[in-house]
Amino acid sequence: MIIMKDPIIQLTGLTKSYGKVTAVDQLDLHIYPGEIFGLLGPNGAGKTTSILMMLGLTEPAAGTAYVCGYNATRNPIAVKRKVGYLPDNVGFYPDMTALENLCFIARLNGLSESDAQASAKDMLHVVGLEKEMHKKTGAFSRGMKQRLGLAEVLIKAPEVAILDEPTLGIDPKGVDEFLELIKQLSREHNLTVLLSSHHLHQVQRVCDRVGIFVGGKLLVEGSLESLAHNLQQQKGISTFITLDHGQSDTKRFEEALKTLPGLRNLTVNGLTIELKTDSDTTAMAVRMLVNNGADIVSVNRNDYQLDDIYNTYFENSITTDNAYEKSNGFFKRYQ
Amino acid sequence: MPMKNPMVSSKDINKRPSFPMQVLVRKEIAAHIRSWRFIILILLIVLTFGASLYVSSMGLKDAVSNMRDPDQSFLYLKLLTTTDNSIPPFHVFLNFLAPLLGIALGFDAVNAEYNNGTLTRLLAQPIYRDNLLFAKFLAPLAVVGTLFVALVMLMIGGGLLGTGVRIEPQELLRILGFTLISVLYVAFWLSLSILLSIRFRQPATSALTAIGIWLFFTVFFPILVNLAIRPFLPNPNYISEQEYIGYNELILNLLRLSPSQLYSDATTTLLMPSVRSLGPISMEQMVGAIPSPLSFRESFLMVWPQVSGLSAAMMICFAWSYYIFMRREIRS
Repeated sequence: MIIMKDPIIQLTGLTKSYGKVTAVDQLDLHIYPGEIFGLLGPNGAGKTTSILMMLGLTEPAAGTAYVCGYNATRNPIAVKRKVGYLPDNVGFYPDMTALENLCFIARLNGLSESDAQASAKDMLHVVGLEKEMHKKTGAFSRGMKQRLGLAEVLIKAPEVAILDEPTLGIDPKGVDEFLELIKQLSREHNLTVLLSSHHLHQVQRVCDRVGIFVGGKLLVEGSLESLAHNLQQQKGISTFITLDHGQSDTKRFEEALKTLPGLRNLTVNGLTIELKTDSDTTAMAVRMLVNNGADIVSVNRNDYQLDDIYNTYFENSITTDNAYEKSNGFFKRYQ
Repeated sequence: MPMKNPMVSSKDINKRPSFPMQVLVRKEIAAHIRSWRFIILILLIVLTFGASLYVSSMGLKDAVSNMRDPDQSFLYLKLLTTTDNSIPPFHVFLNFLAPLLGIALGFDAVNAEYNNGTLTRLLAQPIYRDNLLFAKFLAPLAVVGTLFVALVMLMIGGGLLGTGVRIEPQELLRILGFTLISVLYVAFWLSLSILLSIRFRQPATSALTAIGIWLFFTVFFPILVNLAIRPFLPNPNYISEQEYIGYNELILNLLRLSPSQLYSDATTTLLMPSVRSLGPISMEQMVGAIPSPLSFRESFLMVWPQVSGLSAAMMICFAWSYYIFMRREIRS
């Protein structure tokens, strides 16, 4: 488990607006050393904007961002020395080889030429690109670019790694490997990782904690278990019980089930009975039915997965989603 | 996966002094030198230089033995300026080519980084934002400066070998001054095209705009000045000489709003020591003047306004691009 120390990333009332659109609205977030935090939200929720403010690349309209003890707006250089950032559409100089690209970044971080060469080679081994070392990055696939981007994040020996949509555009196998690599590196080097994504399935395996971010607001944060638990409290547990054919008299069972403790809702649809209860009463319900002579062919209890959590919070946001389309209108004017 | 402590500890990084500027400039220079664009430009410049040098060396004998020309003793300056009118001399060529050089080296300086997705990555490194801009500006200038100095040195060396005539210190100063002003002229176009590369997100747009500005100043601006002035110009037969000179001066000053006019004024004066005025001179002023070359100092003083005009134009462009780049959203 995570030991609660002083937060390494501390955002207080962080706000950013583009014209009338508020991209990030009063964001408060604490991330602790060594944890992997997943910032989840639909496209245009303000994830990238928040990340840019943490790096001092965009000025917040209000609020403060402290990263590694430095104010990111006032002292961005100190922050950038300690934070590795992988942007969502990472690009490299196409005419330079992977090694040259990496060396260049290492040199910018103050490594001498020979040190830069050595650690760039090491990093390429770590991310599994050692065979492509002398290939020009213009020929790299998306997955390879992401790996090279990760190598670049690691080469500055960061305390915090911020990865913006790191799994975007990689095939499923590549995603698995990539996330495993991130998890492993985080554990080995006590690296704090902030991961933004709109892909739940991919992210849920590696994150210690997640925050759900919609329309510039952080709706909820916590570990996946606690989020699922909260949702259960809120929505109740659904149990689906299917009876065998020839059990025409479902009324009898209904009467019996109504005595279940904490029952919220009971629907009978042909041979299927759907129960909604406060706590898990599946076993009790099955026993009751059996005692009443029911022949049960299947019992289904639904567990709350990240998907359900996500859907719950996002289904309300679909209508507002368009307003936040990466503030596209604003940028297009300048093209 | 075994990791042999590949991460250099952050303490080590902080201990070592880092010069991100140097790294950036080096990378930029390397990128320019390796690019096809630059190779083509070099070929173009070297070809014109070679052609104009060839023409001038053919006519050199006549030019140097022309006793009526006060500049006849400056062999190396003659090498740069003599022409048989089949092609223009090098400094006139450069008047056209230098903008092309500046534009080609700067039109995609910032927006290409932006479109490649390298800008965010680069600015997430511990460097100041203006470091990038300075590197984008200084690296092409270093390359162009080296190119020009190499060319004129080659010319001087070739002249020394071919003719065996000693080079006057004054000639060397004038030729170096010419090189310096040429680099300054390229610098102006470079900073203009960097400004456009920040302003426009598409490299094609910024290149077209820069070329448009260049064409405007070289082709349309003189025509426009003529058109604008002509309606107000009285018949030269009915005005005094004083007024006539005044109008002439006005037209010249208007033309000097164009950087290419400033450049050609400055280079002509530096390369032809006998040029003593850039405007019309009245007969009274000419009386008693001996047609002799000016000293380097006098020539340089004469072009000082042109040089400062060019530097000012360059600095305005650079300051403007600095201003818009520092506050620009860098997300793609």
